[in-house]
Amino acid sequence: MSRILLLVELKGGNDGLNTLVPYADAKYRELRPAIGVPRERVIQLDEKVGLHEKMQPLMDSWKAGDLAILQGVGYPYPNRSHFRSIEIWDTASASSQTLNEGWIAQSFQGVSLPKGAGVDCIVADTNALPSTGPELRTIVMQDAENFLRQAQNLKDPKGMGDGGNPALRHLLAVRQEINAAAAGLRDKLRAAAAPAEAYGQEFLLGRQLDVATRVITSKVPVVAIKVALGGFDTHANQAPTQERLLAYLASSLATLRHNLMAADRWNDVVVMTYSEFGRRAKQNASAGTDHGTAAPQFVMGGGVKGGLHGAYPSLHDLQDGDLKHTVDFRSVFATVAQGCWGLQRDYGLRQPQKLGFLA
Amino acid sequence: MAVHLGRRGFVGGIAALSTGLWSASPLRAAAAMDFDEARHLLSRTSFGATPAEIHAFEQFDYAVAVDRLLGNVRRTAGTPAPEWLNQGPAEVRRQQQAAEAQRKDGVDGKKLEIVRPIQEQGRELKNWWIEEMLATDQPLVERMVLFWHNHFTSSMLKVRYAPALFRQNALFRREALGNYATLLKEVARDPAMLIYLDGMRSVARQPNENFARELLELFTLGEGHYTEADIKAAARAFTGWSVNRETGQFVERPGQHDDGEKTFLGKTGRFGGEEILAILLAHPRTAETIVQKMWLEFVSLKPDPAEVKRLAADFRRGGYEIKPLVRAMLLSPAFRDPANRGALIKSPIDLIVGSVHVLGLPVPEKTGLVRMLQGLGQVPFDPPNVKGWLGGESWITTYTLLLRQQFLRRMIEATTVASMEGGMMMAQRPNRRADRKQQLPADDSTMQMQMAERRPVEGRSLRNAGVEVRLGPTLSGVDSAALVRTLLPRQPIDSVDISGTPGVAVASAMLDTAYQLK
Repeated sequence: MSRILLLVELKGGNDGLNTLVPYADAKYRELRPAIGVPRERVIQLDEKVGLHEKMQPLMDSWKAGDLAILQGVGYPYPNRSHFRSIEIWDTASASSQTLNEGWIAQSFQGVSLPKGAGVDCIVADTNALPSTGPELRTIVMQDAENFLRQAQNLKDPKGMGDGGNPALRHLLAVRQEINAAAAGLRDKLRAAAAPAEAYGQEFLLGRQLDVATRVITSKVPVVAIKVALGGFDTHANQAPTQERLLAYLASSLATLRHNLMAADRWNDVVVMTYSEFGRRAKQNASAGTDHGTAAPQFVMGGGVKGGLHGAYPSLHDLQDGDLKHTVDFRSVFATVAQGCWGLQRDYGLRQPQKLGFLA
Repeated sequence: MAVHLGRRGFVGGIAALSTGLWSASPLRAAAAMDFDEARHLLSRTSFGATPAEIHAFEQFDYAVAVDRLLGNVRRTAGTPAPEWLNQGPAEVRRQQQAAEAQRKDGVDGKKLEIVRPIQEQGRELKNWWIEEMLATDQPLVERMVLFWHNHFTSSMLKVRYAPALFRQNALFRREALGNYATLLKEVARDPAMLIYLDGMRSVARQPNENFARELLELFTLGEGHYTEADIKAAARAFTGWSVNRETGQFVERPGQHDDGEKTFLGKTGRFGGEEILAILLAHPRTAETIVQKMWLEFVSLKPDPAEVKRLAADFRRGGYEIKPLVRAMLLSPAFRDPANRGALIKSPIDLIVGSVHVLGLPVPEKTGLVRMLQGLGQVPFDPPNVKGWLGGESWITTYTLLLRQQFLRRMIEATTVASMEGGMMMAQRPNRRADRKQQLPADDSTMQMQMAERRPVEGRSLRNAGVEVRLGPTLSGVDSAALVRTLLPRQPIDSVDISGTPGVAVASAMLDTAYQLK
């Protein structure tokens, strides 16, 4: 069993409290008098929490049972800096630890992947850290045609000697990798059918999902694909910005589901969102929110066990005004490594929590 | 055949390019230099070298050339400091809050662009340094400032107070080729560092270990030469070293200092920060850490352990004077070994700043260059994390290699048409405030510059302009073979065409994989 992980990075720190809303808790209204989502604009998922109404497009997936929502995901000693916190997530490190290798690459330590395809990971945004490491051959490719054209300019260096120069050896190896990836992708991507339903183009995510869909439907055997949606750093006047982003995210993911089902690939893919952090429980003076901690993650796919997983962090037990995480993100990664690639990994946790969202 | 080469006049013709050209020339007098050795020395100690610069050095005896590089060191920057230098952090924060409050949504739901001082000062700070790298007459000093910035990292993303980073840069500049012990002691009290590694929050009842950990792991001993208990002891010793929130200057708060007894690296006493630093400076590992890093910077990807030990012992015995260390390194057999020519990978700054310098491209606005550096993974004042840029092989991934080629192609296209402004902006991020500002002339003189500026014209790039190609003054009048030998540290990887026009030779050399090496 092997599934492709499609990672969706939500850049800037998505406000979890206004995404998966604890609508029944009076404390929520108290913390967010101006920007709290009114009860009538919440799609109730159970008696306590519900989705922001702008995420309506995801309800088909919810009802079909292939949308899992992981509640309260974070890590101990949370860091509130964008760049540091995303690095902690991307390298599956502890808060006090600096690692250089991405968590997907770490997952494949000691595993030999088939080399035939020429590429193991495709990053359609610009942050390739999760798959960075010697184990994986990663290509950053926002636009397939553009990549193929550029690769053509760098001819295959086959047979060129490095004269015992390690710097040159590395350069030639990377050139070789580009050429191998281009060779593995060229025919398949050029022959790939357009997605059954086109993605909205208001944000770059649409183009990236188009690339991802073609890679998946043309059966390029990658282990992961990464895309991103930016703009979640909502310090001021949060509601209109976040609502536009959530609506776009939900409709794009619904389109993705539709397209992969049409191509009979939905069972072979696990889609997972993540963000560097959630946001402060209490709204700030500018009708926005500041950097916080734990937040929900969305996981979708034909093999996903839908529903709410983990516990919603308590609004009555905050730490320095922030939610206490209930699920460590490394336990989520461990579940994904098992469910996508059949790999047992703990990412430095002594005992990763068993999470049942992926068989 | 003779080629004109700037002030130095005429030199003998260079034979047609052959694969033998880059092989070591037979040994002449021990200290004598030839073109390739002068090129090698300059490629490691500056940001790209023009034919005239190489020829100016070729005339010296090697040791004399090294001493010239190290003589008359200037300890301040030539580029004027940004005007916000004296703003305190409280004032910057107040201005930032005012700007944030004004950032309302416009009609289309997008944020109206309001200048936020922290971001704007950060942009100006980065541009200021790139400007200095391009303008300086002492590129080795600039390289050392960058080296210390990558050793004692601090980033704008965390510090969010540009004046402190500017002053930290001034410190690195003062001690660039000065004294490492002085540098270490001053860095420990440096406000940008105290903010970056949370020293300013470290107090007796709750010591923050961040600075202490990196001090031991990265700045001095290196992993494996201390214990967690040493980190805890050092963290306690530095408590009370902080930053004044109004002025942004260093302040010592005795009330916050833990003056109890500590045991650090086997020594016991009521240590403060000064004593911890003294113990670290007495430890042989400290000098080895620095020498090891400097080897990777100047010599090759594979440090020779015996040589590192030798140089480190001299470095420590000499009281951590940096200039003699750099001198010893540049004179070392390993540095001069022809096998080590082209044995380092250019950093993004080497590539971008160096190419602009060698091509002689006028780039009035540096924001576009900083954005290229961002794509390639090396924004000055924003190292990725406390370890700094890993450098070496990590500069080149499938992504960055293609991006490097793309940026070089863009420079080649821009070369025949004077200014890179306008033509060089990254297409994927249009309409940024900074870019727009450039298009709004502030007064008549800039208006004239704008009018006179030529835009890249289709069909006139280096590669296809044919005989009409006009290289900038740094490269014009030099024949194709000499141009290729200037641009590449070794034989080309792909075939480089020297039979065509000089423009074609420059273009194909810059796009050759060997151009990524130095």
